[in-house]
Amino acid sequence: MTAETTGSRLASGLGGLLKARETGILIALALIVVVTTAKNPNFLFSSDGFRDLLLTPSILLLVAVGQAIVIITRNVDLSVGSVLGLTAYLTGRLFIDIPGIPIVAVFLAGLVFGGLLGLINGALVAFARVPALVITLGTLYAFRGINVLWTGSDRINASDMPKPFLALGTQSILFIPVLTIIAVVVLVAAGWFMRNQRAGRELYAIGSDPDAANLYGLNVTRRVLSAFVVSGALAGLAGVLYAARYGTVNSQAGSGFELEAVGAAVIGGVAIFGGSGTVWGAAIGAYLLFTINRALPILGVQDFWQRAVVGVLILGAIVLDRLLALRQSRKLVEARDIE
Amino acid sequence: MTDLISGGTATPRVYKDYARPLWQRVLLTREGAVYAALILVIVVAALSVRNFGSPITMTYLLLDVTPILLIALPMTLVIITGEIDLSVASVVGLSSVVLGTLHQGGLPIEAAAFVAIVVGAIAGAFNGFLITVVGLPSLAVTIGTLALYRGLAVGLLGTTAVTDFTEFWTDLAKSKLGSTGVPTVMILFVLLLVVFAIVLHFTPFGRGVFAIGLSSEAARFSGVHVERTKFILFVLTGTISALAGIYYTLRFGSARGDNATGLELSVIAAVLLGGVSIFGGRGALHGVIAGVLLIGVLGSALRLANVTSDVINIITGVLLVASVVSTSVLNWVRAKRTRPGEPRKTR
Repeated sequence: MTAETTGSRLASGLGGLLKARETGILIALALIVVVTTAKNPNFLFSSDGFRDLLLTPSILLLVAVGQAIVIITRNVDLSVGSVLGLTAYLTGRLFIDIPGIPIVAVFLAGLVFGGLLGLINGALVAFARVPALVITLGTLYAFRGINVLWTGSDRINASDMPKPFLALGTQSILFIPVLTIIAVVVLVAAGWFMRNQRAGRELYAIGSDPDAANLYGLNVTRRVLSAFVVSGALAGLAGVLYAARYGTVNSQAGSGFELEAVGAAVIGGVAIFGGSGTVWGAAIGAYLLFTINRALPILGVQDFWQRAVVGVLILGAIVLDRLLALRQSRKLVEARDIE
Repeated sequence: MTDLISGGTATPRVYKDYARPLWQRVLLTREGAVYAALILVIVVAALSVRNFGSPITMTYLLLDVTPILLIALPMTLVIITGEIDLSVASVVGLSSVVLGTLHQGGLPIEAAAFVAIVVGAIAGAFNGFLITVVGLPSLAVTIGTLALYRGLAVGLLGTTAVTDFTEFWTDLAKSKLGSTGVPTVMILFVLLLVVFAIVLHFTPFGRGVFAIGLSSEAARFSGVHVERTKFILFVLTGTISALAGIYYTLRFGSARGDNATGLELSVIAAVLLGGVSIFGGRGALHGVIAGVLLIGVLGSALRLANVTSDVINIITGVLLVASVVSTSVLNWVRAKRTRPGEPRKTR
């Protein structure tokens, strides 16, 4: 009997996996990797190629996971690029101003500082009841301005940061880059939390219908606030990793990242009006965005066209979502009419 | 007058407002506050910043804000219907590239400009089609077309630029009206402003725009063509953005794919600063013009005072946040003062 239930559970699990929105993007991603590798085996099978494939999207993955959590609550965080830039510069400054500072402390500082910036966003959105789009558009400007003011024409170079820290950006453990491991650990934690924890499910409830969630007694203010704090903290972590990966940080680090992050989430099936989607989807979306970027030149398309392809993907993803939603509602209506 | 169309939700006026003295009624509206801030900034700048009062400063200020002024006109209407168009700056880039490549290919500049405007209208129509016919959210659609149109622009021209424009046109883009210091392009803007102001504030179409923003369901039942109105508005943002793109190209004498990157944020910031509600249903063009000028004057005065553009970014951001938060704080205070049971103004 136990075998039977395990079997049926496995079958329904498989069925769910096939129907899941994320599977489609995963297949698209796999298809791109396969086609590009067929054209140029170095894309996957050289050690550099494999590493870049995993490494480059890791930073965007972190930001996209935070963005997905915010979008699920029917908000949006446009300030993530500026938060990333600020924490990337902070990382360099800490190493310069406090010689011998432990790397763990720098990571913590990035997380906490990013979280504080997220708290500002969240507090303005949750307490003032103002659309996140407007607030984070404002803080996008303000944080970037503060960043440029603080940085000036200054620039952090690789020589300003300790070797072991920079090594984090390039090193691999068992062929898997350290940055990717960090990103995947965060992703798994976020995915588990959003799926299994009460607080995570409440974020979905809030996104589906904020008024109903409020009437039901969920603490909407606190949940939205914490979603922004998480998004800020993850963008902060991404900033630290950005410094480790690229070695140079100037005042424009991470500008424009907000659209990549929103794009990754939307492509990954997170509905822009909240309530549905997963952080897994956003993560795959992040990988899809950057993999296409690297695949285009190999496929003989000038990489100038990358943004256009991204645009088509975003539009394709939302049209697909719309079609799926229509089919779903038609099915539900049919089911109701039969009964 | 409780007009069914303009007062879609039929919120009774709170007559207490009219018991206030005139200065409070003027200053405590959003537009009034923007005007007050604009006048304050102009006076302070004229008194304390050297050269601020000179005609050259005004010319450059107006030349700089012209693309924002132009695009803000249709964007105001779009936001009043409760939608948004993030793709405008990409359309500016796209039309710039179309103008440049066609002109380089031997087409006279007037014909190239016409094609560029048509391309802008098509880009807007594509947005409108996805939003009104397919029924997708405008935020998501225009994030997608923001990337798509910019990608087409950059893809067509790569990192090269077309710079060989006829001097007559590039000079015209920078020229002034006699000795006044007012740029010639202001004639075009004022004409468009008059048309948009009449359409928005004095025609059934304009009342429909407000009605859609207050409640698109109610507007539909009142006979407003919701989808058609929105479609027209998106075609308009595309067309005017292309116009702004042509102006931008001629003014700097350079057609590039990355022209005006990020301009959409300035436009939206200015519109919201000018008192248009992001929820839709509320706003006025004169407030938006004041909002654009406020950002422009602040920027220009601070630049003259040798403050870097980053501080201007901070100020723009803080102004935007402060302007929306202050509204909601005011609403909160008003709600506290209203007796329970009385209808609460939420906007």
